Amino acid sequence: MTADHIVAFKTIIRKEFLRFARIWIQTILPSVITMFLYITIFGNFIGDKIGSIKEFSYIEYIIPGLIIIPIITNSYMNVVGSFYSGRFQKSTEELLVSPVPNWIILVGYVSGGVLRALIVGFAVYVVTIFFIDIPIHNIPFVLFITVLTAFLFSIAGFINAAYAKSFDDINIVPTFVLNPLTYLGGTFYSIESLPQIWQDVSLFNPIAYIVSVFRYGFLGLEETSIYVSLTIIIVFIIILFKIGLIMLEKGIGIKN
Amino acid sequence: MKNALEIINLNKTYRNGFEALKNINLEIESGDFFAFLGPNGAGKSTVIGIISSLVTISSGTVKVLGEDITDNPDWAKKNIGIVPQEYNLNQFIPIEETMLNVGGYFGITREVAHSRTYELFNQLGIWEKKDLTPRELSGGMKRRLMIARALIHKPNILILDEPTAGVDTELRLTMWDFFQEINKKGVTIILTTHYLEEAERLCKNLAIIHKGEIIQNSSMTDIYNMKKNKTYLVKSSDRITSDIKLDSFNVNMLDEYTIEITCENRFNISDIINELNKKSISVLNIINKRNQLEELFMELTNTGVSNDS
Repeated sequence: MTADHIVAFKTIIRKEFLRFARIWIQTILPSVITMFLYITIFGNFIGDKIGSIKEFSYIEYIIPGLIIIPIITNSYMNVVGSFYSGRFQKSTEELLVSPVPNWIILVGYVSGGVLRALIVGFAVYVVTIFFIDIPIHNIPFVLFITVLTAFLFSIAGFINAAYAKSFDDINIVPTFVLNPLTYLGGTFYSIESLPQIWQDVSLFNPIAYIVSVFRYGFLGLEETSIYVSLTIIIVFIIILFKIGLIMLEKGIGIKN
Repeated sequence: MKNALEIINLNKTYRNGFEALKNINLEIESGDFFAFLGPNGAGKSTVIGIISSLVTISSGTVKVLGEDITDNPDWAKKNIGIVPQEYNLNQFIPIEETMLNVGGYFGITREVAHSRTYELFNQLGIWEKKDLTPRELSGGMKRRLMIARALIHKPNILILDEPTAGVDTELRLTMWDFFQEINKKGVTIILTTHYLEEAERLCKNLAIIHKGEIIQNSSMTDIYNMKKNKTYLVKSSDRITSDIKLDSFNVNMLDEYTIEITCENRFNISDIINELNKKSISVLNIINKRNQLEELFMELTNTGVSNDS
């Protein structure tokens, strides 16, 4: 990595940070408000009626999932929105005619997504601790999983943006794929409580592993193997990163 | 000295099967002010897209200052500045920020990029607008911004794809002066334009592309020598009452004050004026009916030229 590359990388991250910071009402605030509503409804209105899950109150049990959801959606939406918007305005050409290596373009955009996810994740956690005293079992592990998760979904967002032909296309995956997988990934319930067939189906949902491992970081509750979960996340990152790089090198979606 | 640009047997076929370029060969010397002309859809923007890495090559070679752009794309990118035909600006960020970002992509620190932005924006008369977003700029200002952006990394070659389209006459003249100034400093300029008088005025050499093939590649001087005849429109200060016949000239009455004169290339305007004076016609003004490049362009491409040409 040369000095020029470092300047280029910092420029992309700065641009990405300023982009979502400038429109924080659209990018940061909604997740905070949603978190407040979840805590109010599940913590005060419904939670007590459900009871406890594995020695944790219902709200304590679902809090890690409620934090990882905005981390997933914000990292994804940040990159898909930013890169597709650049393609739509053709301003991405500024980057493509410059000597920035493809991997720096990819890591730069992904880092922007990770940064937004970290800020949103921290903001929703702050909202949480106002209402619930929830200790974190392993802070470095939680941060590690946060970064890995945000990295994974940022790359996915990048690939979606490169393939998208309209603004509709950048909403299809979040609406029809990410949301169902997230809500069916054990955020609001323990997968072990499902009938066996649905437990087996859940094994094919990568977000179930992320929710589970994130819950372990918060509560110390190991519902799936930590090593299996980490392996799945890292394998997905490697595969998607390679796809993203190939797309940039071949110019898919960005060159004629 | 190495050629600024060398295109060898270049072909481009798009995914839909459209053959945009057919075995293009072209050399542009360093320091040249080169006109790259052609009707709409002829292949100009495809060639520019390939040089700037935005369009992939089907086959052939493009060299920038001696280096193959496929083998060494970074070399080409560092040496080329592009002003595209379409606006491709981030509409949501202040224009100074755009300059600093683009500078950053080329490895230029924000401090250096800031001083270059100050210099370029002042030269192009948009420094006062530095805090505005492109949405708040007029078309002419956006064009100037794109020119400044293309020069932030001090390229040796500047490619201008219709840089004065939609720009008013006064600004166009200012931009011509600016282009000539940077060309004098050694920057090779490749210009595509639909304003043929712009090419005629600024460029030393030219190529005309038509249906994906280079159909003319020569110096401007050669262009002037190619035409056998030229046509002038003459306005008389007095009413012309009868048909006029002039030796060596074909005369066509357009109205009571205007005649069209066609003559061989060897005659000049003073010959025409002398002949008219002999017939007691006082000339109020005389203009080329159509510039010579325009006539040649139409002959070669068999196309009408748009009104703005």
